[in-house]
Amino acid sequence: MIITTDLSKSYKGNTVLNIPELEIPKGQSFGLVGNNGAGKTTYFSLLLDLIRPTSGQIENNGILVHESEDWKPFTSAFIDESFLIGYLTPEEYFNFIGELRGQNQADIDALTASFEDFFHGEILGQKKYLRDLSKGNQKKVGIVAALIGNPEVIILDEPFANLDPTTQIRLKQIINELTKNREVTVLISSHDLMHVTDVCERIVVLDKGDIVKDIVTSEATLKELEAHFSSTAKEFS
Amino acid sequence: MIKRFLNLEWKQYFRSSYWQKSIILNILLIFFALYFVVVFLGMGLAMYPLLKKFYPDEDPLIIFNGFLFYWILADLFVRFFFQKLPVMSVKPLLTLPIKRNKIVNYVLGKSAVSFFNFLPLFAIVPFGVVLMINGYASATILVWMFTLISITLIINFLNFIIENLSSEIELSFLPILLTVGILYGLNHFNIISFTELVGNAVNSISTNPLLIIIPFAVLVLLYYLNFKELYKNLYLDNSLKTKTEQARTTNLEWTRKFGDIAPFMQLDLKLITRSKRAKSSLWMLGLGLLYGLFFYPNPVYANQEWFFVFIGIFVTGIFLINFGQFIPAWDSSYYKLLMSQNIKYEKYLKSKFTLMIMSVIIMFVLSIPYVYFGWKILLAHFAAAIYNIGINSHVILYGGSFNRKKIALDQKAAFNFQGTGAVQWIIGLPLMIVPMIIFAILNYLISFEIAIAIIIALGLVGIALHQKIMSFITARYQATKYKMIDAFDQDN
Repeated sequence: MIITTDLSKSYKGNTVLNIPELEIPKGQSFGLVGNNGAGKTTYFSLLLDLIRPTSGQIENNGILVHESEDWKPFTSAFIDESFLIGYLTPEEYFNFIGELRGQNQADIDALTASFEDFFHGEILGQKKYLRDLSKGNQKKVGIVAALIGNPEVIILDEPFANLDPTTQIRLKQIINELTKNREVTVLISSHDLMHVTDVCERIVVLDKGDIVKDIVTSEATLKELEAHFSSTAKEFS
Repeated sequence: MIKRFLNLEWKQYFRSSYWQKSIILNILLIFFALYFVVVFLGMGLAMYPLLKKFYPDEDPLIIFNGFLFYWILADLFVRFFFQKLPVMSVKPLLTLPIKRNKIVNYVLGKSAVSFFNFLPLFAIVPFGVVLMINGYASATILVWMFTLISITLIINFLNFIIENLSSEIELSFLPILLTVGILYGLNHFNIISFTELVGNAVNSISTNPLLIIIPFAVLVLLYYLNFKELYKNLYLDNSLKTKTEQARTTNLEWTRKFGDIAPFMQLDLKLITRSKRAKSSLWMLGLGLLYGLFFYPNPVYANQEWFFVFIGIFVTGIFLINFGQFIPAWDSSYYKLLMSQNIKYEKYLKSKFTLMIMSVIIMFVLSIPYVYFGWKILLAHFAAAIYNIGINSHVILYGGSFNRKKIALDQKAAFNFQGTGAVQWIIGLPLMIVPMIIFAILNYLISFEIAIAIIIALGLVGIALHQKIMSFITARYQATKYKMIDAFDQDN
């Protein structure tokens, strides 16, 4: 489980994220929504120790992420294209990630083969380097790579963006299966309110770095979110 | 419009993290520039008396013109490696109401005000003035100066055409080597005497000013060719064109012998063989190996023992210097991935280290035939190889932790020849010069054998302390991790 305490990040006195307290229990599918600049990617980057917190801390399964690297074996992420290695083929990329995560060739092959339908025949055996794939296909590779090695915490930033409708639906099924056994914690962010309400059992709304809503998903959640974001739209009109 | 372009570039330059982090390097560049200005100035002033002294019976201007061919060759050669066409990110401008002509003219115009074009002026103008003082007709000298300026600009634009053509092929420096080599050879063996040709041409322009139209016409033609080429590149389909290469899968099972660093070594080897930019460091191996041939056959250097170590460091360490100085920037485009993966920094660095060491050993073995020029050379190369392994490899890895400039591995946008320019060469200098100085002093004071022994000993000390140094370097990388992630995230 992930416990955030007194976390803040500011750039030159300008606070971009401020989370006094946030607990994400193991096995939860957790959604993060908010407008641009709300702090979604900042939070994920802090969780992955890619940037340093100005104050406070994040504890991932009992490990302080900015002090120890022991969270790495059970955490995986796909944030953006900078997580891909352009000069590798998809298979080589999966193998590289797999090896770092202590998987053998057979494990990796079995896992990637099970996503054959997700790939829609456009990834495996294509003899193409990742740099030559389309944005959507690159994203598919990145998402599947984040699932290699049975991670307990999976972080996906904007996983639905750039994907075609069929793949979006398939991705939702994948995420639902992952959290079914309550073993894997999945954190996703999205601008698409419908998709997050479909896959996440809990949704947190960030606004300019602050948590403004923390909702357990129900029938009424989509309406509530829409109401929230249209009210912020009205403020400007 | 030009004002806006300049403004854009000004911002691009000074707002890039690269500039802010490497002021020392910039100061060094300025220093070098000033040095060359002084050298050229001195050359311009001393030219007349010198020519008078060595060729008392002949006309200094005509003698000077006789040497112009070499000047042109040297200029062309140096520019190819050091001068790059100004880079401008044009994509955001294409959809704005700016005429494409303007963008192209701006880029070409900017190249004309390059330092490389001003430098010759520092020699040409004083020489011309001295000639005038010594009784040459002002009109003749003025025409002569204009001729030389247009020749400089011709070289400027010719260089970009050559660079553009060569950027398409893998051995990008081969065409220029061949061109310059063949021209020089034809001239040297008197098959076609270019020295005379060029000299006579410039002489006749000085006497018959109307002929200056010819260099002007050549200049205009070259400008036009450059213009056409760049204009063509201004369409996005050129950079968007899906030139999907057939991927080659390579079996690198032998790397398994290196144990847990194998995945990284495989990654590095793929990087070197598959990305255009990294591949060039592989081709440099060949150039490095032959480097000694420039010096050893020459009797002037036969007894310059202090020089052997310098060449030894260069020959055995060419890959180390070329590849090493961009660690970890080679991985900049996916650095975030590496940092969030289940890896140990130490393994990552060790893989790079192992590759560099392997290259040094291979290069040393390949350079053994130099023993033909004397056993001292072989010994010096051996010492240099040990020094490279023990000292330089660590120094360059440590230096890498200061790296803040992203390398775009697979981007080849219009106007971007992925050049590195002069900076790359300056970084390599201390690695070669420090051991050379140590060696030269010891060689002068004591003896060749002792000097060699000391160089080897230094290397061995480095090897003995390898573990300690590596953990120190690893700590250093860890400390700068956030800064590097941030800098590699920026495009400029």
